[in-house]
Amino acid sequence: MEIIRRMSEVLVNIDGVELRRGARVVLAGVTCDIRRGELVAIMGPSGSGKTTILRAIAGLEPFQAGRIAVDGVTLDGGAVPTVATLRELRRKVGMVFQFHCLFEHLTALQNICLAPVHAHRVDPQAAKARAHELLRTFGVDHRADALPRQLSGGEAQRVAIARALAVDPPVLLMDEPTASLDPARRAELGELLHGLLRQHRTLVVATHDEEFAREFATRIVRLRDGVVIED
Amino acid sequence: MYDAYVRGVYDAASLSAAEPPKIFRWAGDPEGGAPFVEADPSRPDEVVGFDVEIADLLARNLGRTPQFVNITFTSIDQSIARGDADIGMSGLEDTPARRTTLAVTMAYYEFREVLSVRDADASRLRTLADLRGKRVATLGGTIAYEILLRAERDHGIRAVSYEDDVHPYSDLVIGRVDAVLLDNVLAERRQRTMQGFTIQPQTVAIGHYVGVLAPGNGPLRDTINEILRSAMRDGTLQRIFTKWRVWNDDQPKLYARLLAGEPVEPVTGLDTSVSVATMTKWEAARRYFPSLLRASLVTIVLSCLSMALAVAIGVMIATGRVYGARPVRAALLGYVELMRGTPILLQLFVLYYGLAAAIRLPAFAAALLGLALNYAAYESEIYRAALEAIPPGQLEAARTLGLSERQVLRLVRGPQAFRLALAPMTNDFVALLKDSSLVSVLTVLELTKETQIFATNLGSWVLPGSLCAALYLAMSLPLAALARRLERRWKSSAA
Repeated sequence: MEIIRRMSEVLVNIDGVELRRGARVVLAGVTCDIRRGELVAIMGPSGSGKTTILRAIAGLEPFQAGRIAVDGVTLDGGAVPTVATLRELRRKVGMVFQFHCLFEHLTALQNICLAPVHAHRVDPQAAKARAHELLRTFGVDHRADALPRQLSGGEAQRVAIARALAVDPPVLLMDEPTASLDPARRAELGELLHGLLRQHRTLVVATHDEEFAREFATRIVRLRDGVVIED
Repeated sequence: MYDAYVRGVYDAASLSAAEPPKIFRWAGDPEGGAPFVEADPSRPDEVVGFDVEIADLLARNLGRTPQFVNITFTSIDQSIARGDADIGMSGLEDTPARRTTLAVTMAYYEFREVLSVRDADASRLRTLADLRGKRVATLGGTIAYEILLRAERDHGIRAVSYEDDVHPYSDLVIGRVDAVLLDNVLAERRQRTMQGFTIQPQTVAIGHYVGVLAPGNGPLRDTINEILRSAMRDGTLQRIFTKWRVWNDDQPKLYARLLAGEPVEPVTGLDTSVSVATMTKWEAARRYFPSLLRASLVTIVLSCLSMALAVAIGVMIATGRVYGARPVRAALLGYVELMRGTPILLQLFVLYYGLAAAIRLPAFAAALLGLALNYAAYESEIYRAALEAIPPGQLEAARTLGLSERQVLRLVRGPQAFRLALAPMTNDFVALLKDSSLVSVLTVLELTKETQIFATNLGSWVLPGSLCAALYLAMSLPLAALARRLERRWKSSAA
């Protein structure tokens, strides 16, 4: 009973979010609930607002109206979130960027350990052990000492996912995760994400990839011109 | 007889033999040049002074029109040797070096090297021997400077070299130095406009003012000597020196000896038998090399400290310009443009002399700060560009991981920007190493200044210039090599 209650719990509540850049309306009142344990694929043509809604959930993009609540942390439209709110939000939400955005001067292992050690005061040895565990889970532990420029696209993505998960957020946002992957790697990524679902994580993936979404997503939300047209 | 002289002069000067020169070009330095040569206070583009009047006298007797050529005091000898003017006259002292390397006229004025001290010290600081451990100022490249260098060894004083003869006295009065050794002419002239110091009555040495001509210009020099003799006999020189309030009992005695054909030693009171001008070039180089090495040490220490400070200030400016609020950004931009848009020499003068009434910085500290403040502006632009070159995606990734803005700068943006900035920074350090030569205007005796003193005393720039260049290269080449190595390393690892 408890498990069913938890599984049906709304973890991300997006309510009438409007976002303008100058005169251009990017999000025109997006409303959508995401429940714990879902893998939601946000789809739509270029410029429909997929990436922007992810960035808004991650607290990277101020929006003018509406409300986003993530596991009890609320961002209000038109208000500047406090430092404390953002700090709390970032414990709840991890993000993997389309181009991975690994820190170029640090090795894969150091990329993963940076935030736990400096932002979340985890003991460096414990952070390192956890980082190795994540790298092993994703099959890239042998690349722990490689610099980002020495990694392949698939390896860099796995390191980026490991980095986001190192601070243990319940929600993981991913922007176009299949953009640089061949079909074999895409299937591997799908399996990896399903593994995360089994750990009760909630995944929100912005993608163009219809086939990937159909095969792996538990739910598809379609955007066009900044509004949800299909859920 | 006179015609023969004049003809000889024209031939020797390699001027047109058919067309006698109409212009008599004479060189002097009007900076602090009273009563020798100074800009006329009522008409600043004209010069006045006793050397001006003597030049007029010479030109008149040569049947030519005098034309003044403005040349820095310490460069007059070299400038005359290369033919920029016919004669140099700016209170130039008769020295063995000048006699060896140039055609020197007969003496036309005898002066005394005298010590000046603050009024409060007048009863206890009377001679060089009383000045142990004290800072004693003078004009660089003069007999007085030679005397002070000897006194460094003999009496343990500390010689401080200035580029002009006004700031030694102003720095004496405000306490930056404890005594000044200079000609009585300069000391007395300065005392008329400045309070607070006493000229000691004892004479430290006796010297003479002469005119200097290019070594091949002997015939013109001889003609000029004839004109000077005649001016000594008929009282013309006396009238000129009386007008400028420097006539005294020493002059008639000097003129009597000269007119009687007696030899006059260039300097009395300083043993000039070991002058570098009379040594072989190699012997001179051997003697000067240790002081050049010491000066190199000043250059490298000053450059390293200035660069370290410039980097620290530059990082703060760059951070302020990238992260600061609008007024902070505007103020920092203003600072950068002010420092880049005005000459560093002007900044050094303002810092050391201009602000002396408010902050009395020691010379080395002012030099260090001046170079650092100027270079900080350039460094900040390098760091700003480097900070802005870090992909914004990395910064956002760092923020989503929960790092604070300060942590993003310290752990993600700063370290990567530093790598980008390191190669241009090394280039700037090499530039600073060379710009450090400018601080000699603040009496800091660094490599270029020491070389200039060596060259002045030797009467040639070839050997001192080569040694100086070799020392600068010995300091800058390793830096250039380091810059290249870093660039190569990052280029290959980025590939």
